[in-house]
Amino acid sequence: MVRGLRRFLDLPARLAWNNILNYIWVPSIALAFAAWVFKLRVPVLVDGYWLFVLLTVAAVLVALRDYRPARTLLLALAPFLLNKLLEFILAGADGRLTTRLDQLVDSTQGFAITWLIAFIIIARSQKKGLEKERLQREEEERAKRLIEAQNVELERLVLERTAALTLQAEELRAALTELRTTQAQLVQSEKMASLGELTAGIAHEIQNPLNFVNNFADVSVEMLTELSEEQARPIRDPDLEAELLADIAQNLQKIHHHGQRAASIVKGMLEHSRASTGERQPTNLNHLADEYLRLAYQGLRAKDKTFNATLNTDFAPDLPLVPAIGPDLGRVLLNLFGNAFYAVRQRQLRGEAGYAPTVAVSTHQRGDQLEIRVRDNGSGIPEAVRQKIFQPFFTTKPSGEGTGLGLSLSYDIVTQGHGGTLTVSSEEGSFTEFLISLPVK
Amino acid sequence: MQILVVDDETDVRDLFQQRFRREIRSGEMSFSFAFSGEEAMTYLRDHHSEVLIILSDINMPGMSGLELLGHVKKEFEMPPTTMVMITAYGDDESYRQAMALGANDFLTKPVDFAVLKEKLAQLIS
Repeated sequence: MVRGLRRFLDLPARLAWNNILNYIWVPSIALAFAAWVFKLRVPVLVDGYWLFVLLTVAAVLVALRDYRPARTLLLALAPFLLNKLLEFILAGADGRLTTRLDQLVDSTQGFAITWLIAFIIIARSQKKGLEKERLQREEEERAKRLIEAQNVELERLVLERTAALTLQAEELRAALTELRTTQAQLVQSEKMASLGELTAGIAHEIQNPLNFVNNFADVSVEMLTELSEEQARPIRDPDLEAELLADIAQNLQKIHHHGQRAASIVKGMLEHSRASTGERQPTNLNHLADEYLRLAYQGLRAKDKTFNATLNTDFAPDLPLVPAIGPDLGRVLLNLFGNAFYAVRQRQLRGEAGYAPTVAVSTHQRGDQLEIRVRDNGSGIPEAVRQKIFQPFFTTKPSGEGTGLGLSLSYDIVTQGHGGTLTVSSEEGSFTEFLISLPVK
Repeated sequence: MQILVVDDETDVRDLFQQRFRREIRSGEMSFSFAFSGEEAMTYLRDHHSEVLIILSDINMPGMSGLELLGHVKKEFEMPPTTMVMITAYGDDESYRQAMALGANDFLTKPVDFAVLKEKLAQLIS
């Protein structure tokens, strides 16, 4: 019975004094011994012992009242216990009941037993229900633990992924920085490359004025000698002396003029190589265009001595000054002229009969816009290529000859640097014309 | 002796007139000037029998000195015109071309006027 109770109520887990129940038989031995020694009446002792056992069970159930099946069992046991208790008390010392009482006790006992059985069944089903609930809870618990484990795993994966992404972003940022640096270097190297192209032209441009300076200085010394010889003569020729003096004075002016010319070319070269200050100065577009046309032409001539082209200039007189960053705009012009000469040269090299390479530059005022047109009669630019020519690194030249940055930089200088526009029109086999349009103010 | 100097630098005129002032004064030499190949051709068409020597720069915008040389040799065969080419670039290719086109001499800038005078004296004699 103890074992049944234990299993049903899961006592080891619920009751601290569970082990004492193992000794439930001890009082029965003690009573049996006492009955034998004192010759006491056995039925009363047996009833008393059974009552003791029932009370013990009741006590166990009371102790476990928090457990629902235990409460139900207590309820099941209550009438039976009460019945037995009543029987025991009423029976008195002799263990006999009056017949009426005996009948009453018997009938209530029947009811109590039915009650007991019914409630035991209920308790059993309750226990089963609880068991099921517990299992379900355990299942849920397990599922929860699983979900938690999965959460931890997910968390870990997210962290891993985040770390990878952060690393990637870091790498991309580094790559971007590197690209920016490279771009800046390319811009500078493009500048230097165009300076390299300029150098030959500049050398020639400086050589000419220097020759004049040397020659006029030299001839002036000669004339001074002649003058002093003339003065030493007994019969002097005042007309000749005056002429010599006038020539010398004129020569000194020419020396000054050509010296200035060389100096301004050097200055232009320095400005070209210097990083742009971005400062706009009132600029004469006619002078700028003329200067850079010559530089570009001479630069090309220095590299390719057999090349010759007709240069047509059509400068609008009274062109107002326009605020511009001279060296930057010069670079644009140099680039456009360079391309124009390249185009006519390529066409010339194809040996077309009667072809006269011509590059023309003109200036024009149209409303509040000043225009510079650079036109060549080269082979023209096909439509497909025309759409790409302002893209960085696009070039039609053989590799190593062009950086593909010239027009792209020119475009930036005109549009972003000067708020103007740079457009191209072309007809294949006929011409190409670039149009720079700059606001007067 | 009539000499035509062709160069796109206008100050060449003053320079030659001063460098050769004694020769000009003595009437030994006379100079005319053209500032482009085209101008030189126009001048030659008008005065072709007078000009004996042409001194021409090679590197000029428009018609180059070498083209001028070709035109002169073709158009003014008789009397034979002496042509001296002058260039800032003393490269072999220009020299070869000039000689192939029939130039009589080839000088590089900066021109040494003492040498030029000698050459002119030689050509005249």
